Amino acid sequence: MTAQVSITLMVNGERVEAQVLPRLNLADFLREQLKLTGTHVGCEHGVCGACTVRVGGEIVRSCLMLAVQVDGAEVETIEGLSDSGEIADLQDAFRDRNALQCGFCTPAMLMAAQDLLQQNPAPAREEIREHLSGNYCRCTGYQAIIDAVENAARARVGRTA
Amino acid sequence: MSSIRSNPETLSVLDRPNSYIGKTVPRPNLDRLLQGRGTYVSDMELPRMAHVAFLRSPHAHAEIVSIDASAAKQMAGVIAVVTGKELSAVITPWVGVLSHLKGLKSAPQSAIAIDRVCWQGEAVAAIVATSRAAAEDAAEHVAVEYREIEAVTDMRTALDPATPVIHASLGDNLAWERVHDAGAVDEAFAGSDAVVEAEFIFGRHTGVTLEPRSVVADWNAAEARLTIYQGTQAPHMVQNIAALHLGLKESQVRVVCKDVGGSFGIKVHIYADEMAIYALSKLLRRPIKFVADRVESFNTDIHARDHRCKGKIGVKRDGSITAFEIDDLTGIGPYSMYPRTSAIEANQVVNLVGGPYTNKNYRARARVVYQNKNVMCQYRAVGHPIACSVTEGLVDLAAMKIGMDPVEIRRRNLIADDAYPCGSPSGLRFEQLSHHASLAKIVEMMDYQALRTEQAALRKKGVHRGIGIASFIEVTNPSAAFYGVGGARISSQDGVAVRLDAQGSVICQTSITEQGQGSESLTAQIVGSVLGVSMDRVRVILGDTDMTPYGGGTWASRGAGIGGEAALQATKILRKNILDVAAVILQSTPAELDIAGNAVVNVGDGAPRIELNELARIVYFRPDTLPPGIQPELMATKHFVPREYPFAFTNGVQAAWVEVDTDSGFVKLLKHWVVEDCGTIINPQLVDEQIRGGVVQGLGAALFEKCIYDERGQLTNANMADYLVPMSGEMPDIDVGHVVSPTRESELGAKGAGEAGTAGAAAAVTNAVNDALSPFGTIITEIPLTPQVILTAMGRI
Repeated sequence: MTAQVSITLMVNGERVEAQVLPRLNLADFLREQLKLTGTHVGCEHGVCGACTVRVGGEIVRSCLMLAVQVDGAEVETIEGLSDSGEIADLQDAFRDRNALQCGFCTPAMLMAAQDLLQQNPAPAREEIREHLSGNYCRCTGYQAIIDAVENAARARVGRTA
Repeated sequence: MSSIRSNPETLSVLDRPNSYIGKTVPRPNLDRLLQGRGTYVSDMELPRMAHVAFLRSPHAHAEIVSIDASAAKQMAGVIAVVTGKELSAVITPWVGVLSHLKGLKSAPQSAIAIDRVCWQGEAVAAIVATSRAAAEDAAEHVAVEYREIEAVTDMRTALDPATPVIHASLGDNLAWERVHDAGAVDEAFAGSDAVVEAEFIFGRHTGVTLEPRSVVADWNAAEARLTIYQGTQAPHMVQNIAALHLGLKESQVRVVCKDVGGSFGIKVHIYADEMAIYALSKLLRRPIKFVADRVESFNTDIHARDHRCKGKIGVKRDGSITAFEIDDLTGIGPYSMYPRTSAIEANQVVNLVGGPYTNKNYRARARVVYQNKNVMCQYRAVGHPIACSVTEGLVDLAAMKIGMDPVEIRRRNLIADDAYPCGSPSGLRFEQLSHHASLAKIVEMMDYQALRTEQAALRKKGVHRGIGIASFIEVTNPSAAFYGVGGARISSQDGVAVRLDAQGSVICQTSITEQGQGSESLTAQIVGSVLGVSMDRVRVILGDTDMTPYGGGTWASRGAGIGGEAALQATKILRKNILDVAAVILQSTPAELDIAGNAVVNVGDGAPRIELNELARIVYFRPDTLPPGIQPELMATKHFVPREYPFAFTNGVQAAWVEVDTDSGFVKLLKHWVVEDCGTIINPQLVDEQIRGGVVQGLGAALFEKCIYDERGQLTNANMADYLVPMSGEMPDIDVGHVVSPTRESELGAKGAGEAGTAGAAAAVTNAVNDALSPFGTIITEIPLTPQVILTAMGRI
């Protein structure tokens, strides 16, 4: 078996040094080595979106990226975004609108929604649907999620206006 | 919301001041899931835990000639490689039959295949290792020699004499057959002005829960106890079955169910590979974890709805339906699933066809056959989408034949709202339904006439839009008639224990389970309302056979109606007990006291008399200050099961507005409406979201989802790139309305709402597509309605 590789990176603002096998994907690295289990694994082939995290400020599917590829990078997960308060308003909007049922897609859905609102503070409903169309939710039928993101966007625009 | 019957006439315990019943309140404890701090089984780790990868059969049907695991056992991290034969030392096989499904037969099934595999994906060996990756590495070095056997794949020829019999001991490939004949069907058809026939074809699909099936089993040999952590809908059922087949007492098995990443009926069964994990833990005396990967999910999570159903309807010129007849055929894989069996879906189809209508002439045959594909079993809205699509498809075809509007033909045939209680020709009993109120409401919500006008205008411009309507009934609140009478140890009753803690908060233990529907919320809402405390004072404990009363769990739309009523009744007793002791403390009488706002108050003026935390302090810490002979009981337990009706039927109607691109064959869903009647609504938002989620699962079946097998029994699209599921971009907004007819079987009056959405969505969309294509004379009775199906039907490819 191939030897382990040393990587150093920032995860949710903390410096992490780790030994990883070259084949280890980022999702498994976060979950199994760092115990950051808020990042979920749904399909392991880049379709369901449940493993979405931020690397260098961009959302990526952590099942399609290797841990060795994040050497030197800045990785943010749902735990980081929650603890910093960055998405507290989105989380409130999801709670109020019951935009989650089983909650398995939710951390990644919030990641994708925050990504949209950073790019487009006042997205149209269709734009929200389009931006979240890579994140599978089997429970809600999506409408509550779209409503929650729309509500959070309006409130943010209201605050900065 | 409109109500066609109030229940009861006087103010009930639910109508108290500050009641949470009927109010939208956020579910408790969502922050855990919103912050990624939930505990799904896939997140769990235990000391000395080992991981399993299953080596699975690449063949649909083959003899296992030999298994050589010697090389794999030498690999780094490998703890054991266990075959079916080796595992049979600790676990017995099972047969998935129930006595009330007369004639149902199945063959013994083992946790891991012994000697023969019967579907592609059946486990042949378990590789146990220190990590899943190490187990998968080793799996590649287990050499299995197979001798392929001809696979039975086409349900249409499964019963032909020339087709091989999958299980010789059964004699043929027929699992079960039901024939039903009510009224005078032949005379009714003969006396009809028009008779229409069609064959309805349903794509085999599956649940695709986002979290795959996951289990951690921990046999502690020193305690002689097995703890099973599993995302299951029915913990006590798992306890019973695990104990039965491992030779344990139920008291030696604890089932713990924490957060569950989607269930929908997929996680209400017990799968062979899960049985293998329980057994491996016992065999190896350590915690064992298995999380299915997505390929395994597609190959082994139960499939559903693989039906071909011939249907026939008779109608008079005035629109009155004279008779329904169906001949349903379904292929369920090589075994009847355990312990709920795989005959229930076909049985439901026979039960439900024609259900909304007054017609009394009904003949049905359903045949359930074995084949070498993955097992099929109960998935959300069991049988309903088949029955609804057949019934509503036939009704639309009849309307088309006699030139009647689809809404009008339903108005003329739906059971009148004042005709209850009544029954159906298939033997169902309806307590109170509201088809006409529901239909009237949806026609208004969608502005039916305006849509027809818009449709006509757009047609002139070559834009083909269609409207589809589908009335339906839904089975909810099942009694023992569902499983218990057939010998399954699956509880139909549920229990709730509720107690006041020493600070005046409430702890509630319930046997229903939570998979995101809102079981925890509805329980807290009921307890808070009946007791008179705020919801934030109520903590709900569920999903643990050691910690909760005995009960069925959450499936078949039973949590609110059955578990909710148990919560209501238990809380009434606790309330009485609290008022009894309060009266002693306050030198008053219970009748003069009430509980509101977390305190005991005067009934008359509402003035606070004693805070609940103060009352609890006296009861728990200063009982010496109470008069002699007073022993307060600040904990109460009640159980509930419906007894009068086997099922609490609900009803509703769905409507779809779609556009068909007649060049590409793509269907665009523009809007969807639902009106349903689930009786008392505890939390309107949660009910609406159950409906919406259910509708979208039905829309997936209507347009996208199909497990595609080739003629050799190979599943060719076992991944999420090739098996399409609904994503946000293609889904419409869904308007939901309600009619409220509470059941009188319970004080709560709640019926279920979990499956209504899935029941009628595909029927509404199919009818809408056929409406859109009516200028082309094209009728399609097959789902999913892929571009290929549509263009083929139109003769364009």
